[in-house]
Amino acid sequence: MTKAGTTLVAADAPAPAVPLPRRRGIELALIVVAVLLSVYGYCAVGLARSGTVPPGAAGYGAGLGVLALVAHLAVRLRAPSADPLLLPIGVLLNGIGLVLIYRLDLETPGDRAAPTQLVWSTLGVALFIVVVLLLRDHRVLQRYSYVCVVAALALLTLPIFFPSVNGARIWIRIAGFSIQPGEFAKVLLAVFFAAYLAANRTALAYTGRRVFGSERLQLPTGRVLGPIVAIWLLSVGVLVLERDLGTSLLFFGLFVVLLYVATGRTGWIAVGLLLAAVGAVAVGELEPHVHGRVEDWQHPFASIEAGEGPNQLSQSLFAFAAGGPLGTGLGLGHSILIGFAAKSDFILATAGEELGLAGLSALFILYGLLVERGYRAGLALRDAFGRLLAVGLASIVALQVFVIAGGVTGLIPLTGMAMPFLAQGGSSVVTNWAIVALLIRLSDKARSRLGVPRAAAPADAKEATG
Amino acid sequence: MTRHIRHAAFFCALLLVALLVNATRIQVFEAPSYDDNIANRRTTIARYGQPRGDILVDGEPVTGSHDTGEHLRYERTYTNGPMYAPVTGFASQEYGTTLLEHSEDGVLAGTNPLLSPFALWNGVARDRYPGGDVVTTLRKAAQEAAYEGLDGRKGAVAAIEPTTGRILALVSAPSYDPSALSGNGSSVARSWSSLNKDGDKPMLNRAVRKTYPPGSTFKVLTAAAALDAGVVDDLDEKTDSPDPYTLPGTRTRLTNESEGCEDVPLRKAFEWSCNTVFARLGVKTGVKQMSSTATAFGFNDANLRIPFSVAESTFDTKVDKAQLALSSIGQYNTRATPLQMAMVAAAVANGGQVRTPYLVERTTRASGATVSTGGSGPIRQAMRPSTARLLKEMMVDVVREGTGTNAWIPGATVGGKTGTAQHGLGNSGTPYAWFVSWAKGDLDLEPKVAVAVVVEDADADRGEISGGGDAAPIARAVMEAVLKSPSGDGR
Repeated sequence: MTKAGTTLVAADAPAPAVPLPRRRGIELALIVVAVLLSVYGYCAVGLARSGTVPPGAAGYGAGLGVLALVAHLAVRLRAPSADPLLLPIGVLLNGIGLVLIYRLDLETPGDRAAPTQLVWSTLGVALFIVVVLLLRDHRVLQRYSYVCVVAALALLTLPIFFPSVNGARIWIRIAGFSIQPGEFAKVLLAVFFAAYLAANRTALAYTGRRVFGSERLQLPTGRVLGPIVAIWLLSVGVLVLERDLGTSLLFFGLFVVLLYVATGRTGWIAVGLLLAAVGAVAVGELEPHVHGRVEDWQHPFASIEAGEGPNQLSQSLFAFAAGGPLGTGLGLGHSILIGFAAKSDFILATAGEELGLAGLSALFILYGLLVERGYRAGLALRDAFGRLLAVGLASIVALQVFVIAGGVTGLIPLTGMAMPFLAQGGSSVVTNWAIVALLIRLSDKARSRLGVPRAAAPADAKEATG
Repeated sequence: MTRHIRHAAFFCALLLVALLVNATRIQVFEAPSYDDNIANRRTTIARYGQPRGDILVDGEPVTGSHDTGEHLRYERTYTNGPMYAPVTGFASQEYGTTLLEHSEDGVLAGTNPLLSPFALWNGVARDRYPGGDVVTTLRKAAQEAAYEGLDGRKGAVAAIEPTTGRILALVSAPSYDPSALSGNGSSVARSWSSLNKDGDKPMLNRAVRKTYPPGSTFKVLTAAAALDAGVVDDLDEKTDSPDPYTLPGTRTRLTNESEGCEDVPLRKAFEWSCNTVFARLGVKTGVKQMSSTATAFGFNDANLRIPFSVAESTFDTKVDKAQLALSSIGQYNTRATPLQMAMVAAAVANGGQVRTPYLVERTTRASGATVSTGGSGPIRQAMRPSTARLLKEMMVDVVREGTGTNAWIPGATVGGKTGTAQHGLGNSGTPYAWFVSWAKGDLDLEPKVAVAVVVEDADADRGEISGGGDAAPIARAVMEAVLKSPSGDGR
């Protein structure tokens, strides 16, 4: 949309301040499409399973539609220039996630997850609306960066005091709901990293020792680096203690990406990769839980050859393979064979089996668009904090999708993580809605800036890449 | 900073491409090997995800499919399971398939490419089609008569249509209900282990998978060989047969159960079942002629399929004269399945021609369109038609006035031969009671049925058990049922 916008501005060059088209109509149309697609999926499940449209179809459609519409109204009211793709993508992914969970619920009559997920989705959209309505300017967050980091660490530490679930201490249970505080910590840490790096990026980039006399490979001084490495070490330490390797990997990736973007020093990448390699080897060798995951990744069928039946990863691979190019159709696959975590970490296998490579690619492209829109907002913004925050939030989505999707398809060792919006898990859905809300706020800022005459517009903002 | 954001964006794009490439690898290029992995349950789920085709007797299905709503959705059900078990076998989710359920599995489970209207395409697509039906040659009335006739006593009955080779009845007792094995789970496992532990071997199909010493019923074959070889020309000419008969090269003296077998003509010897006469006759006919006749009747053929395999009936071809003498009266290494002995009777009734027996009339798609038809097996001439005519006469005499009077049916011509086969160490076992026979209604142009019945342990003392007493009434009931029931032209 930006490209079209700039062209339009260029054509109207004489007029000093022609606002960029706000595209709220397009957003509404796309939301309608997203809701209809989700309802269609819901009906397809019922038709495939029992030959009838499920009784809840109308209610489901209405519920999702009302949620999306209210969110849309909030955007219209307070972020009228926001990117029109962000909200529809969120609605569509959340809708498809609900369909997939509903579909898997049919296989586990005693354990229905879709109604709870719908409640959490409602909470997520509510949070989205609150953020869009109350947060008028993202720069406010910069002021609370240290509050954010304290809150993030508190959230990360909290589950240590609760009993571990399935080998990982990442849940806390309150009143029947289990919450994964680490999910919320992601956003808070992104805010802190963005704020800290925005404030100190000059110092980080231009002071420090050179390594091997190279201009590019330059290590920053300990004084600047100290606090941030400390925070990072602390969070990663907590995560290793809690055995949540996926989130640990995510934080690490986020940290390196933001450092690189803020300073432009390839030295950071070198240091990052070195740290990653050392960490990966150490943890992979020493930690039995992680070591097993690496073994599984290298030999997914070892348990079959040993006569112990297929493990989760091989069941997941079977599911993807059974889908083939076009899939079995919603409701007709057997991804439930994966067993435990079929609705959460392995939800993508259901999409892969029932929607095929075509559907899976569509989902990946939706995530890709979401990330791209975040990066585009980052490019268009002028303030360093905003740019870093947009890049950080978009990178969280990108890294998370890669880590979990790569894990269940055997590309990288499997680490437990929620597929954004799709997977069962309340904290994750709420967090993702918060991310979309922040991106809406950031893109609103970015795009309303683009509305000013060309000469005043930032030189690098108008040629955003796709 | 802009440049670095672009670099980071490029990195994210790389991650996306990696995911897409990897998904294509899994879902397209490596998918076939994952689909075929033995640990992948999807093939099994698909197999039980649709109702299995049915096995039909007289146009009525004797099988069904029950929707359990479970993971493996459809379970096999059987009507009169124990009665038809020696034909249908079982189709278990846990223990595989046997008999017709096994040999016709492609049609029943819907994987046979011929079930598709577009066979070539389906061969490529490996799709599953609605299960087809298997139409059997069985006659319900005959099957019931045989099953009720055995009444749980250990034994077996095989009945065939002499002119075609259609199997009209195939019963084995004691039997079992195959539906007990259909599903999965603990009750099925219990049934499986108790059936396997059962000393009576209820899952053994005695009609085709067990061989018995045929005893005196084998004399039909010895007589055929002797007549064909010209050793005997006239049924009423005195044979030069001592009683007792000393087996050549030994001091073993063979005796008879009945009196007056010395030098009796063949007709009487057959009627009274004189061991001495037939043992000597076999020796005179020679190993070569005996073997070739036995082979022509179907002995020593391990490859018979009806369509499931039939145990090989044996006639030892490497024997000395004493062994040949015993072999010729159905002892020594001579062993036969009940189905094989029904084929012997059928050959006599059919002018000496042996038709390959078959159980599947045709297989059809779910729509009823024919996929394949049965009954195209080879035809062999086991004896000259003139010999067959003479044997018919002798067999009719057995039923009219000899040991087989229990098989007589008013309004029909019936020929038969009894047998009481000793077995076990020193002949200590309860003898097997045999009866083989054929029948032609007075209004029929051709013989309609040939039967072989074996009863392993009629609850009787050794002296009382006999082919005529225990087995002949069952054969009679089966023959009557076939003669009375409408002809199978409608199949």
